[in-house]
Amino acid sequence: MPKFTSVLHPLPQGEGTHVQTVVCIDATDRRIILATQAGLPRVSRPYHKLADELGLTADDVMARLQRMQRDGIIRRISAVPNHYKLGFKGNGMSVWDVPDADVRELGRLIGALDSVSHCYHRPRHLPNWSYNLFAMVHGRDRAEVLMKVAQIADLLGDAVRGHDVLFSTRILKKTGMRLAE
Amino acid sequence: MDHRSELTDLERRLLDSYQQGLPLSPTPYADMAAALDVSEADVLAALQRLQEFGVISRVGPVFRTHAVGASTLAAMAVPEERLDEIAAIVNSFAAVNHNYEREHRFNLWFVATAASDAELAEVLEKIEQLTNIKVMPLPMLEDYHIDLGFNLQWT
Repeated sequence: MPKFTSVLHPLPQGEGTHVQTVVCIDATDRRIILATQAGLPRVSRPYHKLADELGLTADDVMARLQRMQRDGIIRRISAVPNHYKLGFKGNGMSVWDVPDADVRELGRLIGALDSVSHCYHRPRHLPNWSYNLFAMVHGRDRAEVLMKVAQIADLLGDAVRGHDVLFSTRILKKTGMRLAE
Repeated sequence: MDHRSELTDLERRLLDSYQQGLPLSPTPYADMAAALDVSEADVLAALQRLQEFGVISRVGPVFRTHAVGASTLAAMAVPEERLDEIAAIVNSFAAVNHNYEREHRFNLWFVATAASDAELAEVLEKIEQLTNIKVMPLPMLEDYHIDLGFNLQWT
């Protein structure tokens, strides 16, 4: 394994906007990610426990987590809710065809909405795929998701040349692990 | 199953207060307990119950989807009768960590992650070869989400 892993991380480009640039994490960061991606130990001093297991000091573990958070590798350290179990059974991937020149401005508008958990600019693949703005919309059921999508359509107004909502019918695979061991 | 109605007041307050972030302190659970005016044991027990219910998946760092290595969303338009077969092939790749069936002509949507762009391209190419179906890569170009937390709408 190389000592340094090249990572893409989002750098703030104004409020609510991230683009990818390259930074580095080292082998120790990698071990910390692997040891924490399934959750922190539920003990009084979780970072001390992790440090013992990794042969580091608790200060080092916490400083590295803090640095990764500052660099955007860690979004936050939190209690991570499972929206489905909380009754938000509807989730629809809304996709929008908006002018490329406006996608950033419109994306920021949509990305700030309460009901939207992810909002990304992605490339079109013409002629099969004309949508360049993706927003994951959550609601208690399909009807609520559709209502929220209609609100987004109103908000975007004339900028929208076309849109669609793709509901998921089956989860075929879902693993939290993102970093290969 | 929906567990909203079974949650205690403390469990709701923990969700409301800490889904956005915990203090990065040597004793995060004691800090949460002090802020919520309960004991650390209460906090640990409530978090364990929330996790057993599946209401929270974990307490810990959320790594940014695109942060480490190269990754992309990708879609395929799969004939209905081949969906299970194709899904099994796609899922067999360790690089694929999410895969959903969606109601659309493009009905298979997955996220693939690899150490480098070249490795990622190789995975997608291999999937095309094995399935004989085109893969449409949709990498994130820009992220617009502002993380203000999820309004859990208890009432």
